Amino acid sequence: MITFIMNGKKVEVKEDISILEAARENGVDIPTLCYDRELSIFGGCRLCIVEVEGSKKLVASCSAKVREGMVVYTESERVVKVRRDILDLLLSNHPMDCLTCEKSGECKLQDYAYRYGVREGSFKGERKNYAIDSLNPVIERDQSKCILCGKCVRVCSEIQVTSAIAFTNRGFNSKVTTGFDKPIDYKNCRMCGQCITACPTGALINKQLKGIRPWEVKKVRTTCPFCGTGCNFDLNVKDGKVVGVTPNPDSPVNGKSLCVKGRYHTDFINSPDRITKPLIKKDGEFVESSWEEAIRLVVKSLKDVKEQYGGDAIAGLSSARCTNEDNFVFQKMMRVALGTNNVDHCART
Amino acid sequence: MSNSIGEVEGNEVLFVIGSNATEAHPIIGNKMKRAVKNGSKLIVIDPRRTELAEMATLWLPVNSGTDAALINGLMHIIVKEGWHDKEFIETRCTGFENVLEVIEQYPPEVVARITGISEEILYETAKLYTSTKKAGIFYTLGITEHTTGTANVMNLANLAMLTGHLGIENAGINPLRGQNNVQGACDMGALPNTFPGYQNLSEVKNIALFEEFWNVKLNPNNGLRIPEMLDEALKGNVKAMYVMGEDPVLTDPDANHVKKSLENLDFLVVQDLFLTETAKFADVILPATCYAEKDGTFTNTERRVQRVKKAVEAPGECRLDWKILSEIATKLGAKGFDYKNSEDIFNEIRLTTPSYRGITYKRIGKVGIQWPCPTEEHPGTPYLHKGTFPRGKGLMIPVEYEAPAELVCEEYPILLSTGRMLYHYNIMTRHSKKLDDIRPYELAEMNPVDAEKLGVKEEDFVRVISRRGSILTRITITDKVKPGMMFMTFHYKESPVNELTNSAYDPITKTAEYKISAVRVEKVEKVEKELELAK
Repeated sequence: MITFIMNGKKVEVKEDISILEAARENGVDIPTLCYDRELSIFGGCRLCIVEVEGSKKLVASCSAKVREGMVVYTESERVVKVRRDILDLLLSNHPMDCLTCEKSGECKLQDYAYRYGVREGSFKGERKNYAIDSLNPVIERDQSKCILCGKCVRVCSEIQVTSAIAFTNRGFNSKVTTGFDKPIDYKNCRMCGQCITACPTGALINKQLKGIRPWEVKKVRTTCPFCGTGCNFDLNVKDGKVVGVTPNPDSPVNGKSLCVKGRYHTDFINSPDRITKPLIKKDGEFVESSWEEAIRLVVKSLKDVKEQYGGDAIAGLSSARCTNEDNFVFQKMMRVALGTNNVDHCART
Repeated sequence: MSNSIGEVEGNEVLFVIGSNATEAHPIIGNKMKRAVKNGSKLIVIDPRRTELAEMATLWLPVNSGTDAALINGLMHIIVKEGWHDKEFIETRCTGFENVLEVIEQYPPEVVARITGISEEILYETAKLYTSTKKAGIFYTLGITEHTTGTANVMNLANLAMLTGHLGIENAGINPLRGQNNVQGACDMGALPNTFPGYQNLSEVKNIALFEEFWNVKLNPNNGLRIPEMLDEALKGNVKAMYVMGEDPVLTDPDANHVKKSLENLDFLVVQDLFLTETAKFADVILPATCYAEKDGTFTNTERRVQRVKKAVEAPGECRLDWKILSEIATKLGAKGFDYKNSEDIFNEIRLTTPSYRGITYKRIGKVGIQWPCPTEEHPGTPYLHKGTFPRGKGLMIPVEYEAPAELVCEEYPILLSTGRMLYHYNIMTRHSKKLDDIRPYELAEMNPVDAEKLGVKEEDFVRVISRRGSILTRITITDKVKPGMMFMTFHYKESPVNELTNSAYDPITKTAEYKISAVRVEKVEKVEKELELAK
């Protein structure tokens, strides 16, 4: 263990951790736009700078390790002034459309501008002005809102291991592009949207969640209904409807990661093609019926077959897509109510 | 899986056979890619050049369906070089001599001829797999969807036992299971030969046990497996079927046979979310609820039991699956279906299923629990077979190579393999507009050599014909598949690939050889006319 002084308080932390992590462990929130515990350290945004006694320069707390006896100030006058300057520079080259921006309410840049009282950028000059890339169905990219924190580049290379995007150009012309700066599509990208989760601003947006304010949704954690990996995520519910998915970092299998299906599948839930009433085939056509009539017909038909030919003349397919509880009751119904072991599911097909 | 998903990144060698994880299990695939990025070695055995194959230390593009010969060949080299784990074999296994006798017949020169993999690469593969204890086998349907599927799995078990790659962290045998709850559906006894918890019908004590649980006389005879149900329906012996949440017309092999069987039933009830291709054959369709509308549990591929939580009300008059079933069972005169909620059912599952006994809704919490979990104090089991196997000593059963059921010939010169892709999941995601907009139609993979021979371009239509059917599809030209091979998914009802697939089955599991059918491909001149005909 190491002991150091943070904002005048004695703090004990384990060895070999950054000042930023040490601060977080002790409830001190140092602002950062480019740091993520799961990604490599970039040290690009400089917002996490802190003052360390004995050091002339301010220190980037995401990359500097805590040392024994270190004296650190995370919100000193000098630190706050530099943070304000950085935010001023960022906002000077940022579209100030927070009122209509999809990210409003979840935007780190907005949060820190509020925290440090930076109303707008004071440097008047040329601004980034890129066309929005929105040709694909799920991801919208507005490079004019990109602050070049590089989290999307790192999550794509380090977590998704696809490297669909990278930095190109230098200085003012720096931007994040796909190969040959083509629009995003399934041929150059896996569409997993992990970059959307990583992005601190409105540069990358989940198109499915457009028009929905983050504070309007109720989140319900559940398990994904597709492959056998068993990822967890939060269903976002607004006005009694599932409107999309956001990751839940507590998920034991997948953490913050999701694939394209897990993230964007939910519109099937509200599909107008759902069957919402029992249907009975009459003269070759399906006709809507009451539950009572449908159940009566099912019970009578199964009973007739059982009485005439025995339970083994009935067979049932249960479902690997349904819950354990559904499957348990299904096999019990076949065995107990119909007297047959003719129950199977698609594990073999 | 004998191990946990979280262990993947700790594997020093990943032995991936017949598994396209980055498309079919993307989050597990990402972990594999990360492991490789951080220095793990990767062996990929797959006829297709998958994403994992591209980053593999060793990629073995085997001839389809020659897995048994390949594994025997690897074991032959391992034993010859003395790289096997003699102590593990001695103390934990039985039947080694029988395996030894068979693998003796599979020297590298013979195996190279059968599999198409050079002797040098076979040697390198055997060496790499035995270079560390932390070497896990990962397989998916590329191993099981063959007429020799069960034998293939047993042979992988032989390889793991031979080398002592079992019963420890970061090793083991890991089937990546296909559906969200295929593990759970098996655990719950939705199988014709076992009660919940794999308590086999063949043992009298199990029947007695469940007769006592359910207070009813039970049928002691094994039931029919899916293909047998369909065969018996066609013969007229099965008269009625109840299908919940499955679409065998699209997903089972030889679709025309499936349709004829369903047509021959006196009564078919389908309980589902959409009017599926199977539901079209039904007499009654019951509207069910989807996962977002229900409470319950799913069990994933690493045996982790996790919660499913209701987020919204179901639309219209849709009802919970278990409620529909319980009402029907009760009206059929059965007792014991008066469940109040899903937790009530789970408590009965705990009572009847020893491996679930210690799991409660309350305990599942945020991280779930991995079975076996016999008591409420038990923490769950991240990896299996530590110290011993359930049967005591691990039984090694030798496996001989057998050729696939259908080989290419002059009339059907192309080998068709089927599987999943990243953007869709079986049939359900076609109802998700976002996903369907990304990939709205089938793109059958064809090698440039074959495309040139046929005179077709990217996204052209072709007709694919097998002995069992004929379908239309667009193609994509790619060297992911070898010359003479094609790959299609089963997601698109407009290009229903299972009208082509072969229903030749594995004798034990009755799993069909989806991975190999012989087809011929024809250029389609007038697409509109052909599409009209196809309707």
